[in-house]
Amino acid sequence: MAEATPAAGPLPVVDFLKIPEAGDPYLEGHRCKKCSAMYLGAREICAKCSVRGEIEPVKLSNQGELYSFSIVYRSFPGIDTPYISAIVDLDGGGTVKGNLVDIEPDPNNIQFGMPVEVVYRDALGRKDKEGNSYLSYFFKPRS
Amino acid sequence: MSDVYILGIDMIKFGRFPDKSVAELGAQAATMALDDANVSIQDIEGLWCGNLMQASNMVGQQVLRQIGQTGIPVVNCANACATGATAFRDAWMSVKAGIYDLVLAVGVEQMGKGLLGGAGARKGIPTEGLLGSATMPAIFAEAGMEHARKYGTTFEQFAKVSVKNHHHSTLNPKAMYQIETPLETVMNAEMISYPNTKLMCSVNVDGAAAVVIASEKKAKELGMSRAVRVKASVLTSDPFTERDLVMPDVNTCTRLGASKAYEMAGVGPEDINLVELHDCFATAEILHYENLGLCKDGDAGKLIDDGDVALGGKTPVNVSGGLLSKGHPLGATGIANLYEVSTHLRGEADKRQVEGAKIGMTHVIGLGSACAIHILEKV
Repeated sequence: MAEATPAAGPLPVVDFLKIPEAGDPYLEGHRCKKCSAMYLGAREICAKCSVRGEIEPVKLSNQGELYSFSIVYRSFPGIDTPYISAIVDLDGGGTVKGNLVDIEPDPNNIQFGMPVEVVYRDALGRKDKEGNSYLSYFFKPRS
Repeated sequence: MSDVYILGIDMIKFGRFPDKSVAELGAQAATMALDDANVSIQDIEGLWCGNLMQASNMVGQQVLRQIGQTGIPVVNCANACATGATAFRDAWMSVKAGIYDLVLAVGVEQMGKGLLGGAGARKGIPTEGLLGSATMPAIFAEAGMEHARKYGTTFEQFAKVSVKNHHHSTLNPKAMYQIETPLETVMNAEMISYPNTKLMCSVNVDGAAAVVIASEKKAKELGMSRAVRVKASVLTSDPFTERDLVMPDVNTCTRLGASKAYEMAGVGPEDINLVELHDCFATAEILHYENLGLCKDGDAGKLIDDGDVALGGKTPVNVSGGLLSKGHPLGATGIANLYEVSTHLRGEADKRQVEGAKIGMTHVIGLGSACAIHILEKV
C-alpha cells in the first residue's frame, strides 16, 4: 500500500458522520419509508418491518435531549476518565451515543431530558496508524 | 408430550484456577453431575457444552477426552452470557423431542480479571471514551439510569441489591465470596460507572457446572426421588426497539421470555418461590424484578427497600449470592443458576434454604442479545 500520507482533512470517526465538501458536518440517519424505524448507517432491509430497499438517508438534527447516561470512572487502559457516556434522542428521530462534554461529570449537574446540542470537534487528538486525524461528534448542554 | 427432568446437577466452587484447563474444570463438574444422578458417562447419549471464550476449541470433546470418549454427539455452544442456559435448553429439546433419554449439559469458563466490553474498532481509531463507553459496567449503568429516569430509582436502591446478594453468598460455600458488604461499603467502593461501584459489578471467576437430563421414562427407571421437573424452557432474542442499536435493550427480550415461560409452565409470578436472575450488575437486577413480573412496573425500588426479594421475603432473588458475589463464569452461569434452584427444590440448600420451595425460575441475558428462562418444579 502506497497510501502512507495522511488525508488532507480529518476523517469521520464513524460512517454516519458526514463531512460535506462545502457546508457543516452532520449526522446521517437511515429511515424506513414504510415503518419510520431509524438506523445509523446504510442498510437494505428494515430490522423492524423487514421491508427491502425502502431505507432512505436523512439528515439528523443537531438538537436533542439527554435520555440516559453513566459517568465512567474506570475504562480500558489509556482512556482518560472521568467522562459522561450519554444516550441522546435527537429531535425528529434517531438515538445516538457519545460523550457529553462542557459540563462537570457530577450526577447532580445532569438532568434527564436536558436539552443538548451536537457539536463537531477533533477526536481528542487520536490518530490512526497512517497519522490521519479524525472529526468526532460530542454533545454539549444547550441553554 | 411427557415431561423432562433434571436427574443430577452440580457445580464446582467458583474461584480462580489458573493451573487448570477449561476441559479439566468442565470434566470436574461433569463427573459431579453424573455422580449426583448416579449414572455413568457410558450411559449418556449426547453432550451439549457451553463455553464462550474458547468457543472454537471443541471444549465438549476435550471434556470427553477427560472423562470418557464414548463416541456420542457433542454440540459446542456459545451465546454470550446465556451460553450455559442455551446448552441446557438444546439438550432438553433433544429429550423433549424423543431423540434421546439421557443427556449431559456442561457449562464452563475461565475468565481473566478486569473490564469486559465491546470489541475495538475494526478501522480508524478506538472510540472508547470518545463516543461514550462500550464497557459492560457503563452499558448496564445506562440501562439502570433509564429506570431512574422513569421511576426515580436511587443510587442507594441499586446498591441495596449488592448488599442483599453479598449477604446471601455468606450462606453459600460454593460462592466465590462469603463477605458481608454493608450499604456504606457498597456505596463507598470505587466508582466504576455511575451508579455501579466495584461491589455492584459481577465477579469475573472461573467456574463449571453440569446437569444430567432425563426423559420421564428414564427418570422413572433410575429413580425420581431427587428429580426436578423442567416446566418451561424459553429462549428469545431482542426484538426491534428504537434505542436497541446504541443502548442494548435487556428488558424487551426478558419480558417476551417471561410471558412465554409462564404460559408454558401454566403458572404466574405469584407461584414462583425463588428466582436466580441475571444480576451481572446491581442496576440490572432492579430492571428484572419488573421484567419477570415479580412486581408492577415502577415498584422495583420498593421491592428491594421492603426486603421482599431477600431470603425470608416473599420471592427471594439470587439466594446463591448471584453473579455479584457467587461469581460470573460466563458459560457456566446458566447451569449454575439451575443448580441453585434445583438444590432448593430438593430441600438441600442448608442454611440458605427457601422453606417449602416448590417452583423456581432461572433467567440469564447474553448481551447482543439472548434471554433464557427456565421454570423448574419439585417432583
